[in-house]
Amino acid sequence: MELALASAIGILTAAGVYLLLRARSFDVILGLTLLSYATNLLIFAGGRLVAGKPPVLRPGVAADLAHHTDPLPQALVLTAIVIAFAMTAVTIVLAIRSRADNDSDHVDGQPAEREFRERELRRHAQARGTADDAREDGA
Amino acid sequence: MNHLPVLAILVPLLAAALALFLEHRRFGVLPQRVVAWASMAAMLAVAWALARQAATGQVLVYLLGDWPARLGIALMVDRLSALMLLVGLLLGAACLLHACAGWDRRAPHFHAFFQFQLMGLNGAFLTGDIFNLFVFFEVLLISSYGLMLSGGRGERMRAGLHYVAFNIAASTLFLVALGLLYGLLGSLNMAELALRVAQAPAEDRALVQAAAGLLLVVFCAKAALLPLQLWLPETYTHAPAAVAALFAIMTKVGLYAVLRVGTLSFGAAGPLHGFAWPALLALGAATLVLAALGVLAARRLRSLAAYLVLGSAATLFVAFALARPGTVGAGLYYLAHSSFAGAALFLLADLVRRRRGAAGDRKDVIAAMPSRTVPGLLFLVAAVSLAGLPPLSGFIGKLVLLEAVPAGRLTFWIWLLVLGTSFMMLVGLARAGTRLFWRVEPWPDAAPGRHAGYVPAEALPAAPGRPLETAATLLLLGYGVAMVLAAAPLLDYTAAAAAQLQQPLDYVQQLRAAVPAIREP
Repeated sequence: MELALASAIGILTAAGVYLLLRARSFDVILGLTLLSYATNLLIFAGGRLVAGKPPVLRPGVAADLAHHTDPLPQALVLTAIVIAFAMTAVTIVLAIRSRADNDSDHVDGQPAEREFRERELRRHAQARGTADDAREDGA
Repeated sequence: MNHLPVLAILVPLLAAALALFLEHRRFGVLPQRVVAWASMAAMLAVAWALARQAATGQVLVYLLGDWPARLGIALMVDRLSALMLLVGLLLGAACLLHACAGWDRRAPHFHAFFQFQLMGLNGAFLTGDIFNLFVFFEVLLISSYGLMLSGGRGERMRAGLHYVAFNIAASTLFLVALGLLYGLLGSLNMAELALRVAQAPAEDRALVQAAAGLLLVVFCAKAALLPLQLWLPETYTHAPAAVAALFAIMTKVGLYAVLRVGTLSFGAAGPLHGFAWPALLALGAATLVLAALGVLAARRLRSLAAYLVLGSAATLFVAFALARPGTVGAGLYYLAHSSFAGAALFLLADLVRRRRGAAGDRKDVIAAMPSRTVPGLLFLVAAVSLAGLPPLSGFIGKLVLLEAVPAGRLTFWIWLLVLGTSFMMLVGLARAGTRLFWRVEPWPDAAPGRHAGYVPAEALPAAPGRPLETAATLLLLGYGVAMVLAAAPLLDYTAAAAAQLQQPLDYVQQLRAAVPAIREP
């Protein structure tokens, strides 16, 4: 179980960081969400992985960590989930507004957006050109 | 139990809720303003009372919900927290005054956001639990997003998105560090951590150090230390004036957290004693040089002010990283001064911007400026104070700091760094003042077309006279003058605060001594 959880945290973090470093707001938001999942799992694992034990005290059961799981990380995770969830909503609204206002969601703004469009157009034209060439060759 | 500490958090919370219900579209703006000022007055009274109590050297511990400290959350008030609380609120009062000149009408829910922001600041300064510190960081960040973005559009939205994304990433790192610390040490109380770090088994030590390092990275991101400083000039330049002025305290929150965690949790004689200070010293010095270059290169008054805020945070990093009671004490005085003076410059930039028509606050454009006497004089006072010239507070702060630098190999370099960057900032400020306030007409013999867009003063639309905005700037500069007049008691207080920070075990003792009163249900 430890290995599965640890690799899940690792993969989520790696994917989150990769997406966070991209230039478009949608990727960044997705990256932040993945990162927050990884963090939640990490905090949860901070209370040790124990199966089948309750976090609340019961009458007749000794009140120690041999018979219970640590409840504090679960409370911390709950706080973290709520905050991350709300922040994702805020960022999405903000990203949509920013894109509508500035006509671009590129991190470097308008100039980078124009450059990106020109490059894409050139690439399409080139692809169309080679496709035409291929068709002519075939014909 | 003495309930004063929790009042500093509850009052703005209730005021924010009230301000949310008294929507200004329905009830007009007056009820909101009454609530905001009543809350501000109450908070200032609480902060003053706390400072009086803390000045006796006592560490006040407040157990929230009367849970014992190892189970629940404890608020702790020492000299440092009381000082930060007071500085934050005094700054907040001036920003509120500025916003009441009209911005609170344009930005929906301004007062609610503002009160939440103050709640987050107060909570961050008072809490003694590191997860609770995270929660209050979030409270103050979320309300700062609201303050910065509401009523804005266009470029401000793009800058805002960057600011939000950066801070969420930093908060995520904060959580990672907290998860590691709890998993390794089993406690999140700052004073308790001091003991647990010392007792941690040797094989865990590297991981504890990594977690502590992550924590410092997060705080340095908030305080805009060198590799993580890029968000600051952009954000502060695009924020509305009253909000940018309030943000002058936000970098100081990061610095406060560095100082608190660095001295309390990882400061006790143990394996991690002072492990981060050399790195912070070097990075602080580099940031200071960069900020001075930024001041020289800034093309707008607002970005110049942003680089000055960056420079003051960097100076504080240098002061705190030297980790002597003298330098920390001088740093705390400088912290209060730089918050007030930096904020005043943001407010001034707004006054200038609205007088110059289309030229705004850009200093590379020659533009006329009607009624420039008052802003000019205010700029002079702010610039003298920020550059560290006598007789104002910046001079005293830097002088005491330089005197406290320990004699040794580094002394010469630190003196050179602080004085050299002060000189560069002085040049930058002088150039800005000359261009904005003196060069208000085009050169008679300039090449034709060079000043094509020049609009003479008579043709500029009259700037709305808003005496409250000038009053807010005056108030901030007045704090600086008061800090000069009361320099001796203030410096005694900050020196005592720094000495208190060197004794982390006193905090543990006080915390252990605070026992909940067991009551019959």
